[in-house]
Amino acid sequence: MRLIISAQEPSPDGPVDRRFGRSSWLVSVDSETGKWKAFENPGASQSGGAGVAAAQFVIDQKAEVVISGDFGPHAAGAFRVAGIKMRLFIEEVTSVQSAVTLWSEEKLLVFH
Amino acid sequence: MRIAIASGKGGTGKTTVAAALAVGLAHSCKLRYIDCDVEEPNGHLFLKPDLTVKADAAIQIPKIQTEKCTACGKCVEVCQYHALAKIGEQILVFPQLCHGCGSCTWNCPEGAILEVPNNIGILEQGFAPEGIQFFRGMLTVSEPMPTPLIRQLKKWLPRSADSIDLFDSPPGASCSVVETLRGADFVILVTEPTPFGLHDLRQIVSILREMKIPAGVIINRVGKEGSTLIEKYCEEEGLKILYRIPFERKIAEGIARGQHLLQIHPEFLDDLETMMDHIKKECD
Repeated sequence: MRLIISAQEPSPDGPVDRRFGRSSWLVSVDSETGKWKAFENPGASQSGGAGVAAAQFVIDQKAEVVISGDFGPHAAGAFRVAGIKMRLFIEEVTSVQSAVTLWSEEKLLVFH
Repeated sequence: MRIAIASGKGGTGKTTVAAALAVGLAHSCKLRYIDCDVEEPNGHLFLKPDLTVKADAAIQIPKIQTEKCTACGKCVEVCQYHALAKIGEQILVFPQLCHGCGSCTWNCPEGAILEVPNNIGILEQGFAPEGIQFFRGMLTVSEPMPTPLIRQLKKWLPRSADSIDLFDSPPGASCSVVETLRGADFVILVTEPTPFGLHDLRQIVSILREMKIPAGVIINRVGKEGSTLIEKYCEEEGLKILYRIPFERKIAEGIARGQHLLQIHPEFLDDLETMMDHIKKECD
């Protein structure tokens, strides 16, 4: 499955970013192959509508799951319509890689 | 003549000054007071108008006509405010982010976007004692943007060649204040002799420099410590200090009772008139 995780650095070993709309990077990971790619978050520099900009990006990437610390009402609304699953970090999540691992163990919180 | 009363820091006494000026000038000219603090108007507490005319204020937001929409995504592309998103074959609208610019409607190649009104608040007008013509806007609770309402409030004002219009600005130095100040001939900046007052005064002064509007300063709540902090800054910036209002319990008590400054200190009227003469000269 294709996962997108909000991150502070463009690397799976780097720390996650607990913000979604304004996180610096969005890291896309293929949960089966482990292949990853980091993208600058288009929402990061926006004065408004950051959540929508970031969500639009995730939707265009055709991700199936998006993982972050929280989702604002606009991003959440967009993801619900798109049918993209939202998951939240738990305390044990440190790096992007740890988020992927804990997701595969179904330990992350579901955001409705 | 259009005079705006702004501050930078909130709570320095803008409405105190604006209301006093309105009352003081109304007997000698046609005076219109416009409360542009549409999120928390308070001019009515002192001027006590009889608001007889009310109008709904709305901005035009997009409505996608799904039968015509091909989901090309052009609207999403042109929207500067990210008020639209494309999800599969659907276009989603986020009304709270929409600034009502009309760009999406204009750019849609299928003409699939209808503009529909989204009520954001109300406009009201009436007369206050002393013959002051009173105008205000009230933003609906939970609406995030005051600026479009302020713009509509100013447009709602009938044209007048011979009135003095006082625009009571919101606090701060962001878009709502800039919108209020746009087109003013002079701005009275009300500040207080504290580091916070000075900090925010600097912000609003730099905005006024960009907008090229002349300004003067009123220092409110001048106590026994004086106001050297502000005086020094004003001297450096070439800003005239128009007036100093003393830090007095009597004034605070009167304001809390809904009295305007000239009811508390009727003798201030002469000083206000001198101040207006100076402002009129600056504007010419």
